This record gives sequence, structure tokens and C-alpha cells, in this order.
Amino acid sequence: MSTTLDGLVGSEQGVPFALLDEESKREIRRALLHAVAVPGHQVPFGSREMPVARGWGSGGLQVTLAIVGRDDTVKVIDQGDDEGVNAVNLRRLVVSSTGVEETSEVHEATIIQSRHRIPEDEMGENHVLVLQVPVPEPLRGVERDTRELSRMHAEADYSRMWVSLYEDIVRNGVITQSTGYPCLVNGRYVVATTPIPRWDIPRLHDASFLTLFGAGREKRVYAIPPHTTVEPLIFDDIPFEVETAEGASCRLCGSAESFLVSAPGDDDSWSCSDTAWCRRRRQK
Amino acid sequence: MNDPQRAVETAPAVLTVRGLGKAYGAVDDAVISRTGSDRGSARDPLSGSIIAAWDVSFDVAAGEALGIVGESGSGTSTVLRCIAGDVPATCGDVRMECHDGGTSNVLTADPSERRRMRVDKISVVYQDPAEGLSLGVTAGGNIADPLTAAGWRNFMAIRERARELLARTDVPLDRMDDIVRTFSGGMRQRVQIARALANNPSVILLDEPTTGLDASVAAGVLDLLRGLLEEMNMAAVVVSHDFSVIEMLTSRCIVMHHGRVVESTLTDQLLEDPHHPYSQRLVSAARA
Repeated sequence: MSTTLDGLVGSEQGVPFALLDEESKREIRRALLHAVAVPGHQVPFGSREMPVARGWGSGGLQVTLAIVGRDDTVKVIDQGDDEGVNAVNLRRLVVSSTGVEETSEVHEATIIQSRHRIPEDEMGENHVLVLQVPVPEPLRGVERDTRELSRMHAEADYSRMWVSLYEDIVRNGVITQSTGYPCLVNGRYVVATTPIPRWDIPRLHDASFLTLFGAGREKRVYAIPPHTTVEPLIFDDIPFEVETAEGASCRLCGSAESFLVSAPGDDDSWSCSDTAWCRRRRQK
Repeated sequence: MNDPQRAVETAPAVLTVRGLGKAYGAVDDAVISRTGSDRGSARDPLSGSIIAAWDVSFDVAAGEALGIVGESGSGTSTVLRCIAGDVPATCGDVRMECHDGGTSNVLTADPSERRRMRVDKISVVYQDPAEGLSLGVTAGGNIADPLTAAGWRNFMAIRERARELLARTDVPLDRMDDIVRTFSGGMRQRVQIARALANNPSVILLDEPTTGLDASVAAGVLDLLRGLLEEMNMAAVVVSHDFSVIEMLTSRCIVMHHGRVVESTLTDQLLEDPHHPYSQRLVSAARA
């Protein structure tokens, strides 16, 4: 579907590889290198106007476009679903502006752009996970002043984050925060793991793949390099728990060990959030 | 009896303040000579500079409380905020035993180091509890803040410590999980004191701790503070314009007027026999 793209950027000759001009890509890559060098640190970048609205994955899209090469294979998911409208549109945009291969299989992909999930399949050092981030600032809930926020990060002054966890337990008996659970990266910076659920957080710890976070609206990128410690903030005597649904299993593939969501159109049953994984299980 | 030295050297000082000064605007010897108690103003009429506090020196030993007395605007709170690190001092030398063993000037430490000192070495109780507390957070959460900053990571231990501190400061324990904004002024002040004590600081600075509370509540808070100062072996500095507070909590005090120390003496002596004309006016006004 390159009609839309042609209309936006002109003739085939005029379309730069991966849509963005070279200077823009270089600027984003520079920010990404900075982010990888200082794991968990939010690095500002000049978020460009994209053919998708901010808040619809423009940050993740810019990261993907900045790092994609001709030999890459791209998988894009939205809520674990390769066929989500937003996922399809973003994938089309990447593929049509670069000519790279697309796939829904993790083992074939080199770049996986995602909103809300890490794929269930094993990922390795040949993968780069790009996450579309709505709110990159983990401390936004406890402080609004950006200068105070940068001071807090600079001094690793996270006591107010701990207080908010304390208050959550006092008020609700359990920690209610699900997506965007705050994690300490490399023992230094607290990051927002938006938009992934708590379920996926253990997979970030000491992962063999690189994770890049892009927030287009907030103009920030940050990164978790391979083999970096990622520890969810939690009190010593309160276990970190992932989301569970008692006795639930996928109505399609029967899985009870994957991240399950309410099945579309049927609130009483469950299905896998990762559709590609679910489909492969059914084919076996 | 006006010799400040006489009142000082009793026990090794935990907090030593020498030549502390805070000026707003340009300052030189001429500006200093045109301001102060004997010139009747902290504001230099020529340059417009304001010498909020100048040449303030004192020592405080462990378990001792020093009072700073003066009418509002006399620079008492400025001295306290300079020591606490809320306001950068213009000059002076402040040493604390808990900071490098008293070998380096606290005022020249970098701002992040000074903020870290506020976690477990030096605490401030402000007149307005909103300055020392997060009003939208529960009483327990307000105490959890300095505890987690000091590295506490056990939820039940934090709860237990908060309970202990709130009980000690007479805050009803069934209010522990209520947000502080729902508390009365007196109870907020008690929570602020509990929070200030969380990590057993060696220095505590009290800025008008009972001003704004009604008389019976203020008396209760004063009783509490006196008991705490007696049992916790902290070095305390109490700023107040209220002589009953100074009399009850401190053994020595300094009197400030237009940014300068005009008298430094034992509290009893000040009340019985004030020397400086300004001290005499203050005492007679309080006794009237």
C-alpha cells in the first residue's frame, strides 16, 4: 500500500530509505548509542513528525526506521497481535519505505517492534526489541517538575517512588500497578517499563537481546542493553508477582503458561495475547 | 556575663557555626558597617543589599539545645535554613561531627551531598508542616520516605518503625494510614516531628515548631519536644520568637536583631537579666 506514502513523500526516487532523511536517522542513532551506553537513562531526541500521530507508536517507529538495514526482517505487534490495525499500518510503512522482509515469526525477525508485549518466543542476541512508549518518565506520578525529576534521577533519589509503592500496598493490600512497573536498570536508573505488563518484566532481566524504548510524544529514548540487570522495585518481604488468572487457559491452544487476555467478544474465556505463538502451538 | 565563651565550652560540639552570613545583593565591609542592629536595619540604604544574617557563631553539643531568639525578619530562620542547606549561605564555616568527623565545611559540600545529609544526619522541623511533609501521602508514607531513602527495603520493618515513631509522638495509630491533609495542625506537626526523627539524626533544627498552634496543642508539642531532646542525645537548634518555647527547650540562646547576634548567653540569664537594649525590650514585651 504505497499510495499513501507516495502521496506524502513524492516519487519513488524521492523517498529516502526508511522514510527519514539521513541526518535525522543519524541523530536518532546517536541518541540510541547514548542510551545504550547509559542503561536506563532517558536521552532526549528530536522526535520528527511521522505519518502516524504521536501516541500511536511514532517513537518506536522512528527508532525502527533509524536502525533498520536492508538485511533486516521486521515483525510488528500490537498487544501481541501481528494483525492489529496499528501493527499492520506500522509494518507496512516500514516495509514499503525500506523494502525489507516482514514476518510474524520471532525466529525469522531481527527487529521486533511492539506495543504492550514481549513475544512469548525465545529471543536471542540477533534480536532487537523496539518498544513504543507512551510515558517514559517513571517518576511522573510522584513529581511533575522536570528539573526536579532530572535531579532525582541524577542523584538516584528514588525514595518517593518507594513511598508510592508503600502507599499502594497500604491502600490496596497488593501492588496494583500493572503495566509500566518501575524497574531498576543496571543498579542505577529507574525506568518505566511501559507499556509491557508485569508478566514480561522477568524476561528483561539479563536478556540476551537489546531493548530500545522510543517515546515520540515525549521525545525520549532509553535502552536496556543485553545482559543488564533489571530488577522490579519491590520490598524484601513482599513478593514480586506477575498477573495470573486462576485456572485460565487459552480457548484456542489450551496454553496456561502464556500471557492470557480476555478473548475478543467473549468475556468468560481467555486467549493468548501473542497470536503468532498461539497459532504455531495449534499447528503442532 | 556577656562573654559568649563562658556559656559555650562544656561538652565537645556536634555542631559548630562560625561567621555564618547570608546577604542578598552585593556585600563588602562598607555595606556591613552600614547595616545591623546599631544601624537599625538589615538593608543597606546605599546599595539596597539586605544582610539577612551576618557573623553568626555558636556551638551545640550532643544532648544540648540552643535557642535563636528574635522578632520576625531578624534573620533567625535564615541562619537555620543556611545550616540545613535550604538556602545557600554567603559565607561562614559550619562543621558537624557527623560530616567527615567535623573536618570539612558543610557549606562547601556539593548540593547532592547536602541533600543526602538531610536523610539521616540532620533533620528540620518547619513551622508549616506542609514544608516538611507530603500532605497527599499517609502519615506512615511520610515516615517511609526518609527510611527508604536510607535504604530500608522491608515493608513490615518500615511499618513497625513508623508505628513506633507515631506512638512516640502521640499520633493515634489508627490514623497512620490516613493522608496527612486530613489531620489537624497539631497532629500534622507531630507527624513532621516523627518523620524528622526517623533515622536518628545527630542534629535537629526546629523552626518555630509551635507557632500557629493553639495554646493547649502547642503545650503538648512542647512537652513532646522536651522529652525527645532529653532522651535522644541530639544537638538541637530552636528558632522561636516565643520565650516560653525557648525557656522550656533550651539552656543557652543567642538573640538576633537586624541580622546580627546582639547577645549570647544562658537562657535563664537572658530572662532574668538581659543586657542588650533589644534583648531587654524583647524580654519585657514577653513578660508583659
